[in-house]
Amino acid sequence: MSHPVGPNAEGLRRDALIERLALFSLTGPALLLVTVTMLLPVGWLFWLSFLNDAGAFSLEHYHRMLVQPSYGRAFRMTFEISFITTAICIVLGYPLAYVLSQLPRRAANICMIAVMLPFWTSLLVRTYAWLVLLQRQGVINSWGMKLGLWDTPLALVHNLNGTLIGMVHIMLPFLVLPVYASMRAIDKDYLKAAANLGASPTRAFWLVFLPLSLPGLLAGSLMVFILCLGFYVTPAVLGGGKITMVANRIATDIELFFNWGAASSLGVVLFILTGIILYVASRIVRLDRLLGGGGA
Amino acid sequence: MSWLSRPATDTHITHGRRLWLYVLAGLILLFLMLPTLIVIPMSFSESQYLEFPPREWSLRWYRNYFNSTAWMQATVTSFKAGFLTMIVATLFGTMAAYGLHAARLRFSGLILGILLTPIIVPVILVGIGIFYVYVKIKLVNSLIGLVLAHTMLAIPIVMMVVSSALKSFDMNQERVARSLGASRIRAFFLVTLPQIRFSVISGAVLAFLTSFDEVIVSLFVSGGANSTLTRNMFNALRDQIDPTIAAISTLVVLLTSMLLAISQFLGNDQHR
Repeated sequence: MSHPVGPNAEGLRRDALIERLALFSLTGPALLLVTVTMLLPVGWLFWLSFLNDAGAFSLEHYHRMLVQPSYGRAFRMTFEISFITTAICIVLGYPLAYVLSQLPRRAANICMIAVMLPFWTSLLVRTYAWLVLLQRQGVINSWGMKLGLWDTPLALVHNLNGTLIGMVHIMLPFLVLPVYASMRAIDKDYLKAAANLGASPTRAFWLVFLPLSLPGLLAGSLMVFILCLGFYVTPAVLGGGKITMVANRIATDIELFFNWGAASSLGVVLFILTGIILYVASRIVRLDRLLGGGGA
Repeated sequence: MSWLSRPATDTHITHGRRLWLYVLAGLILLFLMLPTLIVIPMSFSESQYLEFPPREWSLRWYRNYFNSTAWMQATVTSFKAGFLTMIVATLFGTMAAYGLHAARLRFSGLILGILLTPIIVPVILVGIGIFYVYVKIKLVNSLIGLVLAHTMLAIPIVMMVVSSALKSFDMNQERVARSLGASRIRAFFLVTLPQIRFSVISGAVLAFLTSFDEVIVSLFVSGGANSTLTRNMFNALRDQIDPTIAAISTLVVLLTSMLLAISQFLGNDQHR
């Protein structure tokens, strides 16, 4: 845009600025709400985490996190579970996205319904369903024993197994969607070129297709990992009290002990860790790709 | 067996050699759908115990649900919160998305970042934070408090959907309308809004579902007469497995898939 010069220029520029500020003020209500219900409470917790019971500045809550083994265990368990969940999601999600990307669009869209169905089905409905499927007299156990696959009921729920199954089920679409999108974007001519140059189909996949699909895979995996860190409902219900992730520990500190300092410091550390991973991720992959999975 | 020996792609691998891959993909799709689908027949079972397939059919658990004051009250709360959240979040989110898009100020990126923080911050932290503030200002267990919290969670979703529609909208059309004498507001309602309306509706549906499905914040800030359905379900799941939840789940699945089908349909319509 060329800048107007002349006697009216000053006035025009002022009008333009006023107009833009007026437009900008449209963000006001949203901004106010997010400030009051999000920035203020979280900021307050941040502040609380640095106060001791007497209300003086102290690092005792952070210190406790280092010395009390139960806190260390919660963090270790959170990272372990998030890591295993992400790994299983990659192993299951990548082949699924691959098959879907090879199907004709129409067929792929129909299969996508299966991927999207759990994506927006209430978390609690799915958690309940797994409880029904996995318990001792549940569907999986009774059918498995009827078919003679195993003799005594397997402990599938109220432990780590149940938590992992539930979390993989929730997170899988978050991996499949970005990977599928990136696979669809791969130009098939590259594979033809590879074949033309003498590569076997397997070789062409490993040398050409896989590297081209890696950005999507990376974005999806990071998304899954980050979301896993904050899980609360699934470990609480399917873990049967044996699985304490950081979020569960935070809730316990509030519900049972009303220990705001301890809960806040845990939350702050969890948030900062998430932030660091997200920041590192944004350096590697484009951030909108990360968030792209959640929108549609 | 001609299909099996036919090449699956131009690079000459046959469907037969990839059969294992198709089977695997099928199993994974089954894994994704199974839990949602199994709840539906379970809800029509006569038995107190969860058996599949059910031996006798009945509507007993639905009767249980509809006759329970606690469940009904929770359902009403969830619908109220969902509708109010939908209205406020769609209004605020669309305003903010349009404002940021049209103003193009230097710090727009920062503002967008702030408005999208609810997606990044762990919900448990938001939950206890809001609980803490609500205790101070006596908003715990109130509908208004719940709606404010859910609206905050839904705004980023509405904004993402509406922003992406605005990106593909040609703002010159609005300029044309204004050069023909329409005010900015008139131009927005007559020219812009009709063209992004499907995204706005789709954002509204997602905002409703965000509130309706939300568990963690509801767990902390709702309660008493204003307990949400999700809060009651969560507590029931921790105690024992009551088949009434199967009936509720079936109804929830029905509602969500209907709403999503609508939003999906409208979304596709727009890209045509």
